Amino acid sequence: MTNAIDVVVTGLGATTPLGGDVESTWTAALAGKSGVRTLDNDWAQKYEMSVSFAGTLAVPAAEVLTRPETRKMDPSAQYAMIAAREAWADAGSPVVDGDRLATVVGSGIGGVWTILSAWDTIQEKGARRALPMTVPMLMPNSPAANLSIEFGARAGAHAPVSACASGAEAIAYGTQMIRDGKADVVIAGGTEAAVHPMPISSFAAMKALSTRNDDPAGASRPYDITRDGFVLGEGAGIVVLESAAHAAARGARVLARIGGLGTSSDAFHIAAPEPTGAGQTVAMQRALADADLTPRDIVHLNAHATSTPVGDMIEARAIRSLFGDDVDHMVLSATKSMMGHLLGAAGAVETILTILALRDRLAPPTINITQPEPDLGLDLVCNTPRELPAGPLAAINNSFGFGGHNVALVVTSA
Amino acid sequence: MANTEQEILAGLAEIVSEETGLPTDSVLPEKSFTDDLDIDSLSMMTIVTLAEEKFGVRIPDDEVKNLSSVGDVIKFIQGAQA
Repeated sequence: MTNAIDVVVTGLGATTPLGGDVESTWTAALAGKSGVRTLDNDWAQKYEMSVSFAGTLAVPAAEVLTRPETRKMDPSAQYAMIAAREAWADAGSPVVDGDRLATVVGSGIGGVWTILSAWDTIQEKGARRALPMTVPMLMPNSPAANLSIEFGARAGAHAPVSACASGAEAIAYGTQMIRDGKADVVIAGGTEAAVHPMPISSFAAMKALSTRNDDPAGASRPYDITRDGFVLGEGAGIVVLESAAHAAARGARVLARIGGLGTSSDAFHIAAPEPTGAGQTVAMQRALADADLTPRDIVHLNAHATSTPVGDMIEARAIRSLFGDDVDHMVLSATKSMMGHLLGAAGAVETILTILALRDRLAPPTINITQPEPDLGLDLVCNTPRELPAGPLAAINNSFGFGGHNVALVVTSA
Repeated sequence: MANTEQEILAGLAEIVSEETGLPTDSVLPEKSFTDDLDIDSLSMMTIVTLAEEKFGVRIPDDEVKNLSSVGDVIKFIQGAQA
């Protein structure tokens, strides 16, 4: 089926462990750099944490925003604001009727720093020291709401929450808003700021995190047989989505099209992925059908691939099952190898990397691969970028979240 | 321990400046929080909460509506510390 309203991407913004903006992130990614580092604090010793590293922002938010801004927004909203301002400028700072402009920003965890520091204050100093901005800062819709205020977006401000699929789901939701005629332009993406001892310790309690403390930059290694868990990262990715007609009318540069959206839910387990990967395959199938494409059209796939022993191979099975014999002309990248897992921001940042891969015809590398899974059955882009073919290109970005949320986005070249 | 008017003004200016981004020297006794400094009710409550802690006083909620200028807050804190 084809969609009556075509949705294009006209602006990109990001702040990640690899760089404070999109181009520095992309340059570092193509160079195969790692943004994962030992934490610059005493948490590991103080709390006896089993993990002492994460993918922390390359450029701290406090270096970009004003002091009042950092006081009035949780870090998760701060990162979204930084990425959104870049994306909006990248789109040419368009003049848009506010009634036709929306914001959609997801987060996996929300304002965890604000929640925990407010509770610390109350325990130490009593309820009278609770600050009045605490609730507006901690609520998970705060990034979307702050962006709607910043850009005067009155067509709606939404915050899809689906754990590590939130960022991709936000882009899907924003695309659907434009298709449904509810907006002409949507500022959409994901954000996460959960590099805090509580989430790190709790993910570690699930045995979900890599404990490669002596080699942080080498810890995230999707599809390598020595992988031992994911690496927590932080950041935000925001895209400006626009109806093709609106973009054309203002002469906007079009970076890519959001060709198709596919979602499904496993209905299986609150944290474990369903072992056959059937739900993931369905999400990809739906995205392809929505884009009116077949697996044969897909040249590149940015995998969810978090570097967990079990999850990576379930996704690989889901991809093989979808592609069948067409798998030989599709190259797979697992970019969490370089920046860790940005949870609710991951799907948005990785969609941006997928768009840039099509723009530059270069699939980004999967780093830290020394012994690839022998039974992978997929063409993994190991350690250095891979050229993509000439002509029109289509790619898939996968994002999956705790709770069994599966989101696949099909991106096609401009 | 009582603070001088100058100490209270300097402390308040620091709190207001952190909260709003205004320069500390724009925070003067005659300035109105709403009309001159453009401070909304949540920011005002934040400033009151931080001022209570800084100056070791209690500013009752129903007193806050009477504190329209920086000077009003200075006077209230001086009275409460006396």
